[in-house]
Amino acid sequence: MITVRKLVKRFGLKTVLRGLDFDVIGGEFVALLGPNGAGKTTLLRILASLSRPTIGEIRIAGYKLPDQAAGLRRRMGFVSHLPLLYGDLSAEENLLFYGRMYDIQNLTSRCQEVLQLVGLSARRKELVRTFSRGMQQRLAIGRAVIHDPEVILFDEPYTGLDQEACAMLDEVLREVAARGRTVVMTSHDLARAAYLASRFDIISNGEIVASVQRDQIDPNHLLAFYRQAVVSGNSTRQFQEHI
Amino acid sequence: MHDASGHKGISNIPAGSEWKNSARRYLRALWAIIWKDLAAELRSRELLSAMLVFALLVIFIFNFALELEYKTRLSVTAGVLWVTFSFAGTLGLTRSMAMEKDRGCLDGLLLAPVDRSAIYFGKSLGNLSFMLTVEAIVLPVYSLIYNINLFHPGLLLVIFLGSVGYVAVGTLLSTMAVQTRTRDVLLPILLFPLVIPVLIAAVKSSAGFLQNIEWVEILPWLNLLVVYDVIFIAIAFMLFDYVVEE
Repeated sequence: MITVRKLVKRFGLKTVLRGLDFDVIGGEFVALLGPNGAGKTTLLRILASLSRPTIGEIRIAGYKLPDQAAGLRRRMGFVSHLPLLYGDLSAEENLLFYGRMYDIQNLTSRCQEVLQLVGLSARRKELVRTFSRGMQQRLAIGRAVIHDPEVILFDEPYTGLDQEACAMLDEVLREVAARGRTVVMTSHDLARAAYLASRFDIISNGEIVASVQRDQIDPNHLLAFYRQAVVSGNSTRQFQEHI
Repeated sequence: MHDASGHKGISNIPAGSEWKNSARRYLRALWAIIWKDLAAELRSRELLSAMLVFALLVIFIFNFALELEYKTRLSVTAGVLWVTFSFAGTLGLTRSMAMEKDRGCLDGLLLAPVDRSAIYFGKSLGNLSFMLTVEAIVLPVYSLIYNINLFHPGLLLVIFLGSVGYVAVGTLLSTMAVQTRTRDVLLPILLFPLVIPVLIAAVKSSAGFLQNIEWVEILPWLNLLVVYDVIFIAIAFMLFDYVVEE
């Protein structure tokens, strides 16, 4: 579903991604883990077609980026740590607005469906600026899936959420993933990543330094795997031999 | 229209019913952006109230600063009006784009599968409607305070054309400026030098209509306004993709 080859991204003199290779097959839920400044957000913004790669080849759902970005946008959803919602519009109006931008047919019923999915049906008429951070983030997920995309990118969706809001977001994310969507999520929260993802990729200094399937690792060893990968750039095989 | 990359290309212009669908989607997205801006503004009234209070304060200050007899008042009216409109317009342009940037909504717009020129035109038409609303309120207040009749069809046409040119350039530049830390300062620095032709043409033709100068003397300034509007709308249409790209 997603193939990235030798991706380089430079901002002026600073190189953020250094020849990164990354593959995701359809229906996978990949957690992209890494320290601050590793290049997680930059990678996701490039995959979302919000940023152009300096060098490299990217294909998502058969579309080549950045040349075929317009076609891809119809099949991709993106959730950032910012809600991308208008505070002076209600929850329903926000979804109606984005639905019109995606030219969705039967928009009113689709909005009700999405509001139900994210548990905000009862508050659909309330202005988004009156929502808690957790509610805004749930609505942000609703915004990202309004057009029923095949690929969904989550960039640190848990940032700024309290425990209760995180737990509710877990359920929404599991519900989205259970529908067979391909998901890539960046996070600093290893416990949540272990709970949700089917694969863990570690990114450090602009490169994927390790990758492991959920069934290849005990979730309790994820932190050790992460630390070893970030510090020494050890491969999955080396780690498995180590444990 | 754009090709798959989002950039303009003649080879990718769709044909027949596909073209109709593209046009329908384009207009739907355009209207969605205008509706969103108007609905949000009707709730918050942040932008219009700031522009309006500022514009009214400017004409009050000029009234007290320049205690002039009727003939001189008539000769300075065009200048005072356009200073008021341009300053209030800058305030509105900065605020309008900042609202998109602060909550990441500009990314939300860019993620939508629409031609990015629809975003530019949607935002421009929203900004134009705010500017025209402020002007519609300022004109009668100015007429009352300065005792000058401003309801001349020619003057209204000039105000419309001048506002179109101002907003066409302003929307493009505010999209650029909003991505910097110094956006409030940067927009006027970039905008005012570029809109000098609009302001000169608007002031000259406004003064012409107010002082009942011959049509042939006003016409070159009106032509300049129309040409400026067309050129800068076309330039903004072509550049918007590059301005919003990271």
